[in-house]
This record gives sequence, structure tokens and C-alpha cells, in this order.
Amino acid sequence: MAAIIDIAPTNASRPRKATSDSLVSRVLIIGTAVGFMGLMFVLPLVVIFQEAFRKGWEGFVEAFDDRATMHAIWLTLKVAAITVPLNTLFGLAAAWCVSRFQFRGKRLLTSLIELPLWVSPIIAGMVYVLLFGAQGLFGPALKEHGIKIIFALPGIVLSTIFVTFTFVARILAPQMEAQGQAEEEAAMTLGANGFQMFWRVTLPKIKWGLLYGIILCNARSMGEFGAVSVVSGHIRNKTNTVPLHIEVLYNEYQFVPAFAVASMLALLALVTLILKTLTTTRRGAA
Amino acid sequence: MSRPRHILPGFKLSLGFTITYLSLLVLFPLSMLVWKATSGGWEHMLATLTQARVIASLKLSFGTAFTAALVNGVFGLLTAWALERYNFPGRRLLDAMVDLPFALPTAVAGIALVTLYAPNGWIGAWLAQHDIKAAYAPLGITIALTFVGFPFVVRTLQPVIADLSMDVEEAAACLGANRWQTLTRIVFPALLPSMLAGMTLAFGRAVGEYGSVVFISGNLPFKTEIAPLLITMRLEEYDYSGAATIGVVMLAASFTILVLSNLLAQWSRKRTGR
Repeated sequence: MAAIIDIAPTNASRPRKATSDSLVSRVLIIGTAVGFMGLMFVLPLVVIFQEAFRKGWEGFVEAFDDRATMHAIWLTLKVAAITVPLNTLFGLAAAWCVSRFQFRGKRLLTSLIELPLWVSPIIAGMVYVLLFGAQGLFGPALKEHGIKIIFALPGIVLSTIFVTFTFVARILAPQMEAQGQAEEEAAMTLGANGFQMFWRVTLPKIKWGLLYGIILCNARSMGEFGAVSVVSGHIRNKTNTVPLHIEVLYNEYQFVPAFAVASMLALLALVTLILKTLTTTRRGAA
Repeated sequence: MSRPRHILPGFKLSLGFTITYLSLLVLFPLSMLVWKATSGGWEHMLATLTQARVIASLKLSFGTAFTAALVNGVFGLLTAWALERYNFPGRRLLDAMVDLPFALPTAVAGIALVTLYAPNGWIGAWLAQHDIKAAYAPLGITIALTFVGFPFVVRTLQPVIADLSMDVEEAAACLGANRWQTLTRIVFPALLPSMLAGMTLAFGRAVGEYGSVVFISGNLPFKTEIAPLLITMRLEEYDYSGAATIGVVMLAASFTILVLSNLLAQWSRKRTGR
């Protein structure tokens, strides 16, 4: 414990540590933080649910009794089902080689893995249009063989992979680095093969971080808007994902259905945050 | 140096897979963007970038993202400090909420923000009484960009504040500094590099943001049209090279931000001795 140095107590009844702030400044700082986040984060959440239930429970349920809405939900589930496993596999591989080995160009590789996080989602969509669009590099060849990527599921999946590329790797790599590799080395020395080592030693060590990475990757892939809107073409009942469908409903002034569908995604976001909080304590203990 | 022998397996496999996946899905597509933008030659690029509408949109995107980063710097610092140094009811909840912009889909945030800040919304109505226009104006864009960038500042600062050695603060107090002097001369200089790093990341995220902005911005050319939106307009007009040229400018900004935030992180480690 650090030594406690009392400064001469003035009006305060209790002496306070030299490294703690006065009650007034504490209240002011906490008040500012709570006020700012209440205004910026809590109020928008409240609005989403308030608008979703503007016409009561029936109005909320009615919003889902719609073919286009159900189709959008189904498409979004499909996109997430392809994107999340692929990016999880990549995240595991990337975190493994970055955290366990020293090699030339490692810093560059780490930076490049982070790059998609800083690229505009619009660019993430556009690059695939430039590649596979009608006037893109492979456009004519694809057309000849009757393969559709842009304005179809593959394009949506590709751009979603791009924007959710980083999450699993970014969460796992620092965690694995901090945990060290002594157990893995012990397992190998004792004669485990690579697969046994991964399955019995590494995976149990990283499971909570991995779980959070998967959940975050999933939430982002289900909610991606900008990148998908560039490649999807907004074809109703065909290429509209849930976020795109929300935009359509909103622009048609169907506010209750728009917010009802949006509230589902908001709920998913809240579940993600709760799971993050739960896994953080476990990740620290792991 | 001789080549180190690895005890652990899977180096070639994991590195090979990582590089292949990265190249196919990110690097090759991004190089297409550069190729498409430059295919028309420098003059064509320059002609695109000097169009008044393009200049206006880039100015708006970079300007509002910059303002949002400044706002986030101030409130992010206070929030990170409160979360790390004080104990108060609801602290854990507040801490969890910081990540909301990561998890909440941008389109959902977009329609929620415009509903709040529209002239008939809860906050918009109050602002309208004071003749302030938020929705469909640059102010609204700045608010949306503040929303998306906030967690980057807080999450960059939190571990640095937690690791800040109390000894120096105690030493300062022993040597007769009052709390304000300690904070401004000892604590703040130690936090400054990571605060700037967080603000850089917030700026980087904000500059390319699309979903949460398009609903609140109003999308008027020359006035409230952000650069990512202009790119989608160009794409819809099949002006691929025009779209790619604006895209390359934004991509260059992304690279700069990545390099800058790495440099700031190094500076921070140097200052805090971690």
C-alpha cells in the first residue's frame, strides 16, 4: 500500500488523501460524465423503444407481420451465419501467429489487420463494386458465367466480412499475449500434438475473450449498414438486410415498424454489452 | 541473429492463412480502389478533387469529425477519469454503456438521433426555441460523429489512468503542490499522448461514418453532404473513377490515422514509462 499523506484538513470533517480530488470536483466530474452519456447514449435508446411501442404492444407485433420484414431478418441471419465463422477462424489464426511468434513485418501485419476498422464502410462496399460490379474488373467475366455477386448475397457477405474483419483478432491477440505461452509449451513438451494443445490448453484459456469477440463480430455483421447499402441494390424481398429495411421503412414514414425492427437490433446491442461486462471479469480471471 | 526455432506449432499455417485472407479480402480490393482512381490519370483525379461539391463534402466531413473529436477529448477524459478514479453507484453500468456505439448498428443510432434532434423531437424542440438548428445541419452531423467516436477516447485513456503511478502525485503533494497544480502539471501531461491517440482514433472512425449521419444530416449538396455520401452518389451515377478518387483521399486519411495513433501510443509509453 502506498503511504497516505494527509493534507491539513480545512473545512472537511475527514482528512482526505493528497491524491484524491475534493468532493465538489468529484461531483462535478461524475455529473458531467453521467450527464453527457445520458444525453448521448441513454436518451437515443429510450427513444427507440418509446417509438417502437407508440401504438402499444399490438402495433409492435404487427410490425413483424410483414413479408419484407421477415425476409430481411432471414437474410441478415444468413449473412451473419457465413461471416462470423469465417472471421472467427481468421481471428484465431491471426491472434495465434501475432501473439506466439516473433517475425519480421509483425508490426506491419498487426497494423494491416486493424486497417478495416478505420476504412469508411462506404469504401468497404465500393471496392467490391469496383471488382465485381457490371463495369468492374471481373464484371464481364462473371456476367458471361451468369454469376451474380453485386446486388446479391455474395456481395453482402464480402462487404460484411470486410467491416467485421478485425474484431476477433483485435480482442484475442492482446489477451493471448498477456497470458503467455508457458502452458502451450508445456503441453507440446509433454507430447501433445498441435490439435490437442489447441483444444485442451489454448481454447480453455481464451474462451471468454473468444466468446466476446464472436458476439461483437455477430452484432456488427447483423447491424452493418453503409457497406451493405453500397453492394445490395436495395431490392425488396431480395437483398434488403435488416438495417437496410429499417431505412426503407423510415423513409416511407412507417415509423412504428421502423423503430420496432430497430429495437430488436438495439436489444442485440444491449445483450452484447451485458455479455462483454460478464466476460471481462472472467477474461481477467482466466 | 540465427533463426529462432519455434516450440509451438502452426506458425506457417496461421501466418499463411492470415496473410492470404487479409490479401484476398482487404488488400487486393483496396488496391483496386487506388488503381481505379489513378486509371484516369492525375489530371482527371485533380479535376475530380477540385470540383466545388467534392471540396465542400470533404471539408464538411473532416471539419465535423475534427470538432467531434475535440468534444470527445474533453468529455472522454472526464468520463475515463470518473470511471477509473471514483467509486459511485452505477459506475459499472456507465462503464458498460461506453461501448454502446460499437454494438449499436449505425442505422439504428441514426434514426434515434434524428428523432431526438428533429425540430419536433425532445431535444430538437428545446433547441428550436433557442433558434438552434441541429438536425439537417452540420451541428447534427457533429452530434452523430461525437456519438460514434466517444468510446475510442475513453477506452484508450482508461488503462493509462489505471496504471498511472500514485507515487508521483503523492510526491507532488509532498513538495507542496496543490491538487490543481498536481493535475495540470503532473497528471495531464502524462495522459496527453493517449488522449490525443484516442482523439485520433475517434476522428478516424468519424470521418468515414455513414449510417448514423445520413438520417440526421439532410444530405443537401454543398451544405450537409458528407464525403461518404457523395461517393455513393457517384457510384449510383456509374462514375466509378470519380467515386474511387474521393475514396482514395479518405483511404489516405485512414492510413495517416493508423500511423499517427501508433506514434502517439509510443509517445505515451515513453511518457508513462510503461
